[in-house]
Amino acid sequence: MSATLKVKVWRGKTSGGFVDYEVPRLESQTVLDVVTHIQRHLDPSLSYRFACRVGMCGSCAMTVNGVARWTCRTHVSKVAEGDALEIAPLSNLPVIKDLATDMREFFDKWAKGHGQFKGTRTRHEGFAQVRPDSRERAAANAGIECIGCGVCYASCDVVTWRPDFLGPAALNRAWTLVNDVRDTAQRERLQAVAGDVGCHACHTQGSCSERCPKQIEPTAGIAGLKRLAARAAVRGELE
Amino acid sequence: MIAVTLSASTQAKLWYWQRISAMVLALCVLVHLGVMIYAVRGGLSAAEILGRTRGSLVFGAFYTVFVLACTVHVPIGFARVCEEWLGLKAGGAWLLAKLLGLAILVMGLRAVYGVVA
Repeated sequence: MSATLKVKVWRGKTSGGFVDYEVPRLESQTVLDVVTHIQRHLDPSLSYRFACRVGMCGSCAMTVNGVARWTCRTHVSKVAEGDALEIAPLSNLPVIKDLATDMREFFDKWAKGHGQFKGTRTRHEGFAQVRPDSRERAAANAGIECIGCGVCYASCDVVTWRPDFLGPAALNRAWTLVNDVRDTAQRERLQAVAGDVGCHACHTQGSCSERCPKQIEPTAGIAGLKRLAARAAVRGELE
Repeated sequence: MIAVTLSASTQAKLWYWQRISAMVLALCVLVHLGVMIYAVRGGLSAAEILGRTRGSLVFGAFYTVFVLACTVHVPIGFARVCEEWLGLKAGGAWLLAKLLGLAILVMGLRAVYGVVA
């Protein structure tokens, strides 16, 4: 382990360039530690985003040596090539400044894919009972831990090719709700996530599943949506 | 008539057709390769091939199914390539895809007819 890291950090907006920094290398250092060191000790004008530092909030994702990662849980020792790190903002999202991207479109697409729960019960009624070992509950469980970090969205080539594509996170969210037996907006949701802005644009490349820091498999959920949409189309339940 | 954008229902059905045709193609390709490897063991000549295929209903039926599966499968994927890599709108992409599908159908069936009739 050398004493210093040679770090290239993206500075600017869409146009800009990489700037070199030298950062002391430490034991158990994360990529977020490196970025924080640069901002606190080398260049206070560096912009980036983080909150929890423990892999819960989903705000610190960046492109590290070409791969989208959650930086707070990414150890330098696992990703540095020799003593070199290249840190850039997430792909497929507009850059606000330096390492901070504009996440609005990413989350707006969750809403477009009917990512809101819609039930019928009120507070005056009893709790719905969902069997923990039911197929639907297991499918919802598999996708429910998404922290909205945008790593899957930045890793998806289809988002690059089709800017309207809802993307893996929004479709994963829709899939968890499709499997929520209490939800009453299933038909509208399936309509919203079918077609070439939704699940049918996915090429099943699996970059989202490969890179998801929470080990969620959006690819599997999207495949499930395709099956349901095809069934609905054949039955004439899809417009 | 080429719609400018395809409805979700049409997209879902196209996906279904592409999946079914892929299953047929997977089987056809395996049989095709298997027969080919078996047939060329003792050398290969045009006369030998035609000797086997001429007048054979089985060969004719098998390769007709093969061509039809290609006619369904290829244009759906090709339209996606046109949209995503060439940046064409859905209308232009599907026009090209349908033309390609027609070419595959005509050329494929002509080839089947050529070796069977």
